Amino acid sequence: MNSQTNGTAPAVNQRYKLPFNIRRYIRTNSAQLGILGVFLALWLIFIISAPRTFLSPQIYTAFMTSTPFFAIMAIPLTVIVVAKEMDLSFPSIMAMGMVAFSFVYNESAFIGSTTASTTVRVFLSIIAALIAGTIIGWLNGFIVVKFGIPSLVVTIGTQFFWRGAVLVLTSGANFPLEYIKQTFFYPLLVGKIGGFLPMQMVWLVIVTIIVWVLLNRHRFGAHIYLTGDNINSAELMGINTGRTRIQAFMLVGLISAFAGIIASFYVAYFWPNLGSGYLLNTLASVFLGGTSVFGGTGTILGTFLGTFIIGSIDAATVAVGLTGFLTQLIYGFIIVLSVIMHTYLRKRGE
Amino acid sequence: MEEYRLELRNVSKSFGEVKALEDINFQLGRNEIVGLLGDNGAGKSTLIKIITGYHQPTSGELYFNGQKVDHLTVPKARELGVETVYQERALAELQTLWRNIFLGRELCNSLGFLDIQRMRDETHRLMTESMGFTSHAISPDSRVGKYSGGEKQGVAIVRALFFEAEIIVLDEPTMGLSLKEAAKLVSFVKGIKQAGKSAIFIDHNIFHVYDVADRVVVIDRGKVAGEFLTKNIGLDELMAKMVRVAETGSFD
Repeated sequence: MNSQTNGTAPAVNQRYKLPFNIRRYIRTNSAQLGILGVFLALWLIFIISAPRTFLSPQIYTAFMTSTPFFAIMAIPLTVIVVAKEMDLSFPSIMAMGMVAFSFVYNESAFIGSTTASTTVRVFLSIIAALIAGTIIGWLNGFIVVKFGIPSLVVTIGTQFFWRGAVLVLTSGANFPLEYIKQTFFYPLLVGKIGGFLPMQMVWLVIVTIIVWVLLNRHRFGAHIYLTGDNINSAELMGINTGRTRIQAFMLVGLISAFAGIIASFYVAYFWPNLGSGYLLNTLASVFLGGTSVFGGTGTILGTFLGTFIIGSIDAATVAVGLTGFLTQLIYGFIIVLSVIMHTYLRKRGE
Repeated sequence: MEEYRLELRNVSKSFGEVKALEDINFQLGRNEIVGLLGDNGAGKSTLIKIITGYHQPTSGELYFNGQKVDHLTVPKARELGVETVYQERALAELQTLWRNIFLGRELCNSLGFLDIQRMRDETHRLMTESMGFTSHAISPDSRVGKYSGGEKQGVAIVRALFFEAEIIVLDEPTMGLSLKEAAKLVSFVKGIKQAGKSAIFIDHNIFHVYDVADRVVVIDRGKVAGEFLTKNIGLDELMAKMVRVAETGSFD
């Protein structure tokens, strides 16, 4: 690791600090402020048109219950898109992680000659699911980097492959996971704090903070931005862009498996098509949040707001009194308008 | 025998069927500035990228300070004191100035967490002291993509200097610069020599090369066609020889 500067950096006496300037602040944070504006505007519209629903806490508990299932994956997916890569295989990784989970659970009834407790078995199964997700992510990255195939193409393939593997390994069967309710992992992952705050929301916030720190305060994130911005420059200056991208795919794999665990625990049931409805919602959240498909720019906070816009439109359309048929139309409208807004803001910011 | 700062022995490089470099022998002395001349496609940039660790030679050996170095990589070359101003500038244009200055060499603690404040402080100091940037549009947090050509080149050069370089490689540094900026660059290269360091200078402009280099190495079709000490050859004679090499492949 060449993190030092060979001791050449002279001590700095004067600290550099720009005086706060509101216009510059707006310009440098335009993408995040833009999506925050869309978020607040929609919220205002919802409150005005359905005040009884949107001024009561129940609707927010409902949003915080269902949105994290895909929002958790949108966070690491942002990292992939900033690195100018794409991953479409995460819904299959969710399911494949749960296959690893149930295999380990079934095989761990006896460890040695003693009977393992359910808690120990579930713990081992969770670890297995996370490892499986990470390995699948590594394989995605490895194929992309070593063979130089665009990740969009690779992950279309692996998405089918792992979904197929799930169907083969489970014979397409679904099965209950009632036993997890006996362990403390159940309340830890999908319980409710004070009957109001779902634990999956807490996990979403934890994942968001960790990935934000990685992307903005760690060398890994610096290399992600530089790789996505100009991979040629990054390589000329000695960044290992292959390793950086493989790590990003592993992060998506790990967190997708985690999302699979949470989504399955919530219903205490495993479905072999787990995650298949999340693909476009998750991707839309990333782009809604202002992350550019051309790489090099994007923010975690933008994605976070994007997921809740996507997550609320469904319920809000009905609550406002419109027919459910309008949902997708409104989705499309908001996504297209927001992406146009982001493109405009980016051009002005340069 | 005097120890060279850098020496290449019988270095060849092929890309598939194409032989980009053949049996190159090249030396860079201590406190010496060598100009590399040659037509487009002669292999100058490939040679540079072998020295900076970006390409690995197909065969041949590299020596730094008399020590043989195998499997040179970009980070390893930078540790050995090679800093490069690339023809393509190697900037990340959507990123801020401080991220570009520390590109690939971020200051961070042992866990890899960035010391952002120190990088911004250093960038600010370099901006005002070395780059002479006074424009209000430029701050450590401004994006490099909106800078002028000369300013971008300034970033690439200052970046090479910040990290204590022993060998500074300049690949077409005057390309896209105004006359005034180019003159400033030439005086900067002379400063490298006064600071006791070595440099390899590549430029289309033979006047610039002749002006600053102690020795000129002419590359043609992947081979070293010849070399001259600038004190022993006149500018007119050198130009005449360059034209002859380009046309016939030999000096005479």
